[in-house]
Amino acid sequence: MNYKGLLFFVIIALGLNSCFDPSKPNYQYFPNMYESIGYETYAESDAFANGIEAQIPVEGSIMRGWEPYDYPNTNEGYEAAKVELMTPLRASDYNLANGKELYGIYCAVCHGNKGDGQGILMKREKFLGVPSYADREITPGSIYHVLMYGKNAMGSHAGQVNAEERWQIAQHVMELRSKLVK
Amino acid sequence: MNIKTHLFKGKKIKKSNKFLSITFIIFITFFSSFVVSAQEVALNDNGEAVQAGKKLFNANCAACHKLNKRAVGPALRGVSAKYDKEWLYSWIKNSTAMVKSGDAQAVAIYEEYNGSVMTSFLQLSNSDIDNILAYTDYIPPAPVASAVAPGNVASQSGGSGVSNDIILGALVLVFLILIVMLFLVQKTLLRIAEASGVKITPEPKPKRTPIWLAFVQNQFLVMVSVVFLLFSSAYFVYGYFMQVGVDQGYMPVQPIHYSHKIHAGANQIECKYCHSSARVSKHSGIPSLNVCMNCHMNIAEYNGEEDLENGYTKDFYTKEIKKLYAAVGWDETNQRYTGETQPVKWVRIHNLPDFVYFNHAQHVEVGEIACEKCHGPVEEMEIMYQYSPLTMGWCINCHRETNVKVESNEYYAKIHEALSKKYGIEKLTVAQMGGLECGKCHY
Repeated sequence: MNYKGLLFFVIIALGLNSCFDPSKPNYQYFPNMYESIGYETYAESDAFANGIEAQIPVEGSIMRGWEPYDYPNTNEGYEAAKVELMTPLRASDYNLANGKELYGIYCAVCHGNKGDGQGILMKREKFLGVPSYADREITPGSIYHVLMYGKNAMGSHAGQVNAEERWQIAQHVMELRSKLVK
Repeated sequence: MNIKTHLFKGKKIKKSNKFLSITFIIFITFFSSFVVSAQEVALNDNGEAVQAGKKLFNANCAACHKLNKRAVGPALRGVSAKYDKEWLYSWIKNSTAMVKSGDAQAVAIYEEYNGSVMTSFLQLSNSDIDNILAYTDYIPPAPVASAVAPGNVASQSGGSGVSNDIILGALVLVFLILIVMLFLVQKTLLRIAEASGVKITPEPKPKRTPIWLAFVQNQFLVMVSVVFLLFSSAYFVYGYFMQVGVDQGYMPVQPIHYSHKIHAGANQIECKYCHSSARVSKHSGIPSLNVCMNCHMNIAEYNGEEDLENGYTKDFYTKEIKKLYAAVGWDETNQRYTGETQPVKWVRIHNLPDFVYFNHAQHVEVGEIACEKCHGPVEEMEIMYQYSPLTMGWCINCHRETNVKVESNEYYAKIHEALSKKYGIEKLTVAQMGGLECGKCHY
């Protein structure tokens, strides 16, 4: 009878529907439409000796929009930047708002929303001893320098925020500090 | 009589023995308790200083110093034994000046720790520093009790698991025994019946048309069931074809067990802290390992909550952090990079086919769409998985429903006005602004 065949088909369809192994991607219909020959981001590739597609830029190459930063990553460089380096940004609403937002993303986990060193990681004792901005002599230049290179336990954030954004953050930090010092 | 007295004497001797031993025990317990209490008193005496020191240490020193491990600066446990107290006072208050003045010890430290400058703590008084030193000298008593406690907990939790298994096993055994017994009972009953001459004959079944024949003869019923089966199988076949190429729920095993639940959930780290390129580029990049090291330079061990049921112990997480160190080439003991790195082969989860264009920055920055809208409750995911189907229907649906924020966007003001006149509405959806055109995503 033909309903026996149908029943068989239904059972097969049900079985195929239900057995999806979450550790493997599903199969694709005509996969050459899904995966082109072009390189995919972060893929492995024979084009480079180490097999990685995400290469470090060639030494000496400069990213578009990159501004050279001449202060070296030393104590002297820090001191020099602290005194000499001035922000090229004017204090506009846009810069302040953006600085605040970026601070919320990149700094507040440790330094706290108010800059008092009471971020969530500090409260949960993952990090200890994050100082309040009020306890440190900082200038926009020194903040920029530290964002660029990192200092002591803080790592460099140059890969996450670009030059303009670093200045916007510096501006916001100085604003927080002036509120704390009051 | 003689014998009696002898017995009596013997009893007496035994009694006195008991008495002696009791007094001995009392004496020992008293003495030991006295010793313990004396120790406690000594601790309490110093305890306040240690407590105050701990507070000061955590607030001022812990950013760069750990007690037992080298961090940015040296490990500080027992530091007061290594240096003169006066020297420590002046070093903590102004180390830069000491290095400049050429103090031999100061210069040695400065050079050993790659010339990192210690912040001057002029605000700390000598007694503050004494407290800090009391804390760094304080060696907590050997954690006998705490060492026992986790063992207990483990054995208890293990015990409950074992007891569950035992109960289940016992139940199965009881059932088996019951079945065997029923068989035996039936056998003996039959034997008794045979012995007593009772004959058991199965009742003859009446001749009826079998049910399948009756079904086949009823043509209406056959029609209905065929139609029903056709429809239901069509439903399942359709469902089967629609899920081809859809990876919703895809949850691969990653080379390093990274828990979004801990990072984004418990520690509330912003998504964009690590996936910073989501703000500015097409891709929401996988963070390079230096971003991990921004925190994990300091956090070498996991001390948070455990999930024992799934085997996520502190030890497990700490091992994953060590994997990160191996990949990024971080030498933990000397606190510096070795330069020997290994790429981590993360398994990509969200992958759109190559014939469709999707831009993260456009959605995250311009559209201000929250990450969770598409990626789901990532802050609860111990293992990351694909939350949304990422099918075209799913994209289109959102484009139809989402209103575009046109306020304070003067550049496009004219277009927005013209469009809202055209559709006769105030708020424009993405679809009405051309978000359904093929060429928007396929080119």
